[in-house]
Amino acid sequence: MGGLVYYSSASGNTARFVEKLGLPALRIPIAEDAPMPEPSGPYVLISPTYADGEGRGAVARQVIRFLNDPDRRALLRGVIAGGNRNFGKTYGRAGDVISAKCHVPVLYRFELAGTETDISRVRAGLETFWGMTCSTMA
Amino acid sequence: MKDHAVSKTVLKAINWNRLQDDKDLEVWNRLTANFWLPEKVPLSNDVPSWATLRPEEQTLTIRVFTGLTLLDTVQNNVGAPSLMPDSITPHEEAVLSNIAFMEAVHARSYSSIFSTLCGMKEVDEAFRWSEENPHLQAKAQIVLDKYRATEHPLKKKVASVFLESFLFYSGFYLPMYWSSRAKLTNTADLIRLIIRDEAVHGYYIGYKYQRGLETLSEAQRQEMKDFAFSLIFDLYEIETKYTEELYDGIGLTEDVKAFLHYNANKALQNLGYEALFPPQACEVNPAILAALSPDSENHDFFSGSGSSYVIGKAVATEDEDWDF
Repeated sequence: MGGLVYYSSASGNTARFVEKLGLPALRIPIAEDAPMPEPSGPYVLISPTYADGEGRGAVARQVIRFLNDPDRRALLRGVIAGGNRNFGKTYGRAGDVISAKCHVPVLYRFELAGTETDISRVRAGLETFWGMTCSTMA
Repeated sequence: MKDHAVSKTVLKAINWNRLQDDKDLEVWNRLTANFWLPEKVPLSNDVPSWATLRPEEQTLTIRVFTGLTLLDTVQNNVGAPSLMPDSITPHEEAVLSNIAFMEAVHARSYSSIFSTLCGMKEVDEAFRWSEENPHLQAKAQIVLDKYRATEHPLKKKVASVFLESFLFYSGFYLPMYWSSRAKLTNTADLIRLIIRDEAVHGYYIGYKYQRGLETLSEAQRQEMKDFAFSLIFDLYEIETKYTEELYDGIGLTEDVKAFLHYNANKALQNLGYEALFPPQACEVNPAILAALSPDSENHDFFSGSGSSYVIGKAVATEDEDWDF
């Protein structure tokens, strides 16, 4: 099974989602001068959304900085987006932006820190996904 | 002549170039970028649609909107201002002043809807109803009590998050319901702007609550958590009665309750807490969820058939920070 990388701001919603998943995951730091994690194999990125009403600024700056590195970007296989349906059409927009920029699928969307249902769907989904990704690559 | 200086307190000007908490500027920028006024929504396009509602549906809609107006009034006049003295940073105080003002815009918006769609007599009756309805008065009163200056600053924040992220939703349900049936769609557009603002408000005040918790002892944190769960439970009991009174007539009560459970859980998440209601109690009508976030990309790999990869379609990706 591949890895997980995530970003969570000081509000901690995405961190709580990842904690409930209970899978090993690397965290992109909040501080701009802290070292970036260096994934050693393929990974799925979990990113919250910060879009304004027009969808601008959806992806956190630190996530963009992480993905600007071509080596790290090359290992990205899919994105899971956090968000809030109350933001209407921009719900989980970070997933769409990362998907379009990096040509990887949006695997799932969840609200805030996710629900029990989200957690079991993502656990099962990741297992299936990595199974398929590995067999495609073999 | 005597010196005019009564107090030696140095008055401090706010410096936005020296932040103690980056979240203040982030939220300030979101709120100001999202600023809107009801005049920008073409409400008059809903006049023909309004005429298709049965009289009891019109009465329900006006009552729901006066209920929402009352909560916005409380949050504008008392709620957000009561949080200002507890601000940790000067920027937090500025953000709260924006929140207070937008609540006034929200309260004002319902009157725009009324003046566009309804007659003065029905509206006056609905305002009277809002003053006489015991459940509506009770929920506003409970929250007001928590806003008293003598309350612990974090308890005020809990009450505020519950107002922003939970108490509005028995009301917000109805315009989303009409919108899912292609009725009052412009009114729904306006309500979505309000919902978007309230989401930022609940998120921000909940975030400040979590920062505040970090300064407390373990025992105090537990006391605060008990307070939060007990308050949401009290408010929920009133909400169910309010919901029954409003929605029993058109047979939507159970549907609204699922929406209440779902939003109560989200309000608790804004405070950093786990869900209160189990997933089975939170299965919101998919038409309502779709009305909340229309045109958002809802298909994804894990919940879909899994037959095809979904790559994001055209979205704004020109953010200057990307360098590929």
